[in-house]
Amino acid sequence: MPRETPGEVHANILIVEDEKEIRRFARRALEAEGYHVFEADNLQRGLIETGTRKPDLIVLDLGLPDGDGKDFIRGVRTWNDVPIIVLSARIEENDKVDALDAGADDYLSKPFGVAELMARVRATLRRRMHSGEEKGSMVYFGDVVIDLANRRVTKTGVPVHLTQIEFRLLSVLSSHPEKVLTHRQLLREVWGPSHVEHSHYLRIYMGHLRQKLEDNPTRPKHLITETGIGYRFLPA
Amino acid sequence: MTTTDQRPDPDQLLSKIKEEAAQSRRGKLKIFFGASPGVGKTYAMLAEAQRLRAQGQDVVIGVIETHGRSETAVLVQGLECVPAKQVQHRGRTLQEFDLDAALKRRPVVMLVDELAHSNAPGCRHPKRWQDVEELLAAGVDVLTTVNVQHIESLNDIVGGITGIRVQETVPDRIFAEASDIVLVDLPPDDLLIRLREGKVYLPDQAERAIQNFFRKGNLIALRELALRLTADRVDNQMRAFRHSIMDEQVWQTRDTLLACIGPGDLDDKVVRAAARLAARLGTDWHAVYVETPGLQRLSEQRRRAILKTIKLAQDLGAKTATLAAQEAAEAVLDYARRNNLGKIVVGRSTRQRLHWPGQSSFLRRLGALAPDIDLITVARESKRLHWELGDEAEAERPVSKRRERWRGYLYAALTCIGITVAVTPLLGPLEQTNIVMLFLLGVVFVAFRFGRRPAVLAAVLSVIFFDFFFVSPRFTMRVSDVQYLLTFAVMLIVGIVTGHLTSSLRYQLRVARYREERAQSLYEMSKALSSALVEEQVVEISDKFVEATFRAKAAILLPDDAAKLRTPLAHGKLPALDPAIAQWCFDKNVPAGAGTDTLPASAQLYLPLKAPMHVRGVLALEPHNPRLLMIPEQRRLLDTFAMLVAIALERIHFVTIAQDTLVKMESERLRNSLLAALSHDLKTPLTALIGLAETLALDLVAAQSGHADKADAIREQALRTSRLVHNLLEMARLQSGELRPRKDWQSIEEIVGGTLKGLDTLLAGHPLRLDLPADLPLVKCDAILIERVLVNLIENCTKYTPPGTTIGITAGKTDGIMRVEVWDEGPGLPPGQERVIFEKFARGEKESVIPGTGLGLAICEAIVLAHAGKIWAENRVPRGARFVFTLPLDTQPNVEPEAQ
Repeated sequence: MPRETPGEVHANILIVEDEKEIRRFARRALEAEGYHVFEADNLQRGLIETGTRKPDLIVLDLGLPDGDGKDFIRGVRTWNDVPIIVLSARIEENDKVDALDAGADDYLSKPFGVAELMARVRATLRRRMHSGEEKGSMVYFGDVVIDLANRRVTKTGVPVHLTQIEFRLLSVLSSHPEKVLTHRQLLREVWGPSHVEHSHYLRIYMGHLRQKLEDNPTRPKHLITETGIGYRFLPA
Repeated sequence: MTTTDQRPDPDQLLSKIKEEAAQSRRGKLKIFFGASPGVGKTYAMLAEAQRLRAQGQDVVIGVIETHGRSETAVLVQGLECVPAKQVQHRGRTLQEFDLDAALKRRPVVMLVDELAHSNAPGCRHPKRWQDVEELLAAGVDVLTTVNVQHIESLNDIVGGITGIRVQETVPDRIFAEASDIVLVDLPPDDLLIRLREGKVYLPDQAERAIQNFFRKGNLIALRELALRLTADRVDNQMRAFRHSIMDEQVWQTRDTLLACIGPGDLDDKVVRAAARLAARLGTDWHAVYVETPGLQRLSEQRRRAILKTIKLAQDLGAKTATLAAQEAAEAVLDYARRNNLGKIVVGRSTRQRLHWPGQSSFLRRLGALAPDIDLITVARESKRLHWELGDEAEAERPVSKRRERWRGYLYAALTCIGITVAVTPLLGPLEQTNIVMLFLLGVVFVAFRFGRRPAVLAAVLSVIFFDFFFVSPRFTMRVSDVQYLLTFAVMLIVGIVTGHLTSSLRYQLRVARYREERAQSLYEMSKALSSALVEEQVVEISDKFVEATFRAKAAILLPDDAAKLRTPLAHGKLPALDPAIAQWCFDKNVPAGAGTDTLPASAQLYLPLKAPMHVRGVLALEPHNPRLLMIPEQRRLLDTFAMLVAIALERIHFVTIAQDTLVKMESERLRNSLLAALSHDLKTPLTALIGLAETLALDLVAAQSGHADKADAIREQALRTSRLVHNLLEMARLQSGELRPRKDWQSIEEIVGGTLKGLDTLLAGHPLRLDLPADLPLVKCDAILIERVLVNLIENCTKYTPPGTTIGITAGKTDGIMRVEVWDEGPGLPPGQERVIFEKFARGEKESVIPGTGLGLAICEAIVLAHAGKIWAENRVPRGARFVFTLPLDTQPNVEPEAQ
């Protein structure tokens, strides 16, 4: 069933959060951008709303009183691939990684600002909107051009030699623009399921990619580190 | 055959490695070995010592006997000497080797003359070779001297040759394990010349004995023995060397020996012969003693002799076992089969003993039962050369036992008189045959009640009384009818045989009851111990059982955390307890005190409580009758008790550890959930506050109100509070005990990048200089925590430096560590504050306007310490401060090269 208005505007957003004031400001901010907002104050309610309202995006607090947010994500993922942004106040980064591995699309650490929330929401919806489209075989970022079909990469027009694994890593990252990919996800995609614990491969190859493609490898603009979680590719 | 033949036997390799390891830890023993006194061993040893000293080695004399010979005394000069210990014994002052002083001095090489010397009572060990063992164990090299007659396994041979049996012996093991043997040899003729010149020191022995000893024939024989022993050893070394370089592979069938210790008191001959044979064959050997019900009846003296033989076997290097069985031959064969022993050494008695028809000798039975096993018979010596214990042992037989026996005889007589008196009035109606029966009944009663000898008395008395009172002519010992003689004879024989059978039945019953009792007390004790939950219970239970079973005062000593035994508790029960011996026993894991090799003069016995993992304590006991502990069964029972206690203690130890771990895990879980809840409850309202302030600000801007900046200020303050809360929670987490970094391979460059990503606003006013080499190795660390350190350090720099000054990050690898530095060009640290700033709630300047809690650097320090790194601050030249932390570098992870 095609969604009515698959664009960013008029999308339906469900906020699952037990703190009323957070729901309030988030709702105001989102509605100001033209989204339809539904609210749920616990997981149970959230599941029902997800089923009935068919939201285009869910903002989910991981610390809800009636259950574990990760179970919610796994539950929803069995029948629905709606994008989910998780909010986390926990000290432990592990919660976020687990949520992302369970199928969440992005995360925000509390306390977060309106601007951050809006940026995440927009990016996630944009990715969702483009995901249905035929992907072009060319990816552009900064002064780099990736020709996915011919496995060629140039920087400022000069060909850059990438090894097979470097190229595979780059193409996995670039096919999920603006999305956090956890270490596990990247290792599984690029090296295969037997390598998910070998995070040093990622560090080394990511270092190579930055050396070859970033202007300043120490302060990357496109191949961004999400410390303790994974990496994010920013095309712009 | 295939190449596998060339492969060394793993067992051999292992024992070689063990040997080498033991050698590297232990000191080396060099023995100057001679055939007889006077060959110049001490002289050779001293010459060697002088040579070592000339090389600059630390050589000290522990004890030396110069016997006033000037040529020897000259060699002593210039060598340091440990003063002798004065020991009072029977009114005489004896000079003894001072082991404790020697251990304290602990030189590289120590000279200890006369290895076979027996120490005076009151010294730690009865024998000097035991002192030397302790020196070696402490890593001191020892030079010493020994004569061939002092070697344990040759003791009887030398005794046979010379007619003098020396009591001072050294176990063969010591000789075999010595690193070096130097044979000091002198032809007999030269020795005799020296003897005549008075150059040989002779202890105050009978003139005749000396004359006997120094006969030329003896000296030649002794010399041959000494030469052969040395040659055997050299041969063994040669073989060992060949094995180690593997130029020849000899198939070694493990034809291990089993020596049977019998009840004969001369079986040490068998043991010595087996030891020599085993040494020549280069195999292990075992020695067993089978305790049959019949043998349990042996006198205590005989049993002690057997115990001594078993101990001798142990000293000669055998594995010993005492088997309890009905039939000796079967038990021995069973043991031999189980341990894969192919040769059995049995003593052959020179006196031919008579056997009952059908009862074959032990040797014959062995041969019949196991045709596949080699039997080696050894002649037992028939003429006695040495000790006679008999009289002494008999004299010490407990008075109560003797009294009991006399009572037995009295009752035997009374029973016979009673029967006579009771039967006399019935003489008419009662047939004489029945009277005989009544007398026999009396004999059976006496046999059952009082044992064999009173029963014999009763039988004899019965015959006499019957003859005297009931056989005509009465009241004379004469017999009218010759037939009665047969009656008497049968009556006597039946009486004695029944008496014998009944009493041995009774004896076996008693033995069975003892066994039952032993088994019962073991069962009871293990049951009680298995329900014990704390150490105190174990101590209480074992004290109770040991006291009841062994009629001894007992105490269990447990070690504290520093492996020192806690004694005060035990003092109330065992006032004579010696903590030093107990500690020695605990440290060395060897029994000490009464009935052992170490301080046997002590009234108490100290047993280490040996559990599978560790020694758990010491059981000290003071028996009312120390001889009780010499009885093999009792000693075995006691050892089993000690093992049970040890295992119970070990179980409790591990239960305690498990509980502690559980409690720790539980409290950590609690702490984590508490912190998570706290974090959620504090951050949620802050998030709402920040978000609402932000939307308010946007709304106010949209409404063109002048209050928008106030809403922004609210947001700023909320953000600050949020950072503060975050720091406090972080500190709480670090403080709550074990901060366990989630270590993973990380790149410093990436962590720095991640750090800077979130600090754009903070660093807006400062130029940044990064100095990170491209080839930095990966570091095993927790990226989130290290990022936290960098954030805090950079924040710190921005707080205390004026805008516009440069802030820099430098990283580099030096000497196996990763060094990361955050520096600024600000005013630098106030002098003397370099350490203080890392303390909690410390601020660079008190009450300054610069916001902060003073937690930032404390958090940094906690994190870096948890990574086994270091962190410090110092001022730079010409200006500014630098904060440095280091992280250990591990071996870099393996990365499969990419196939091109």
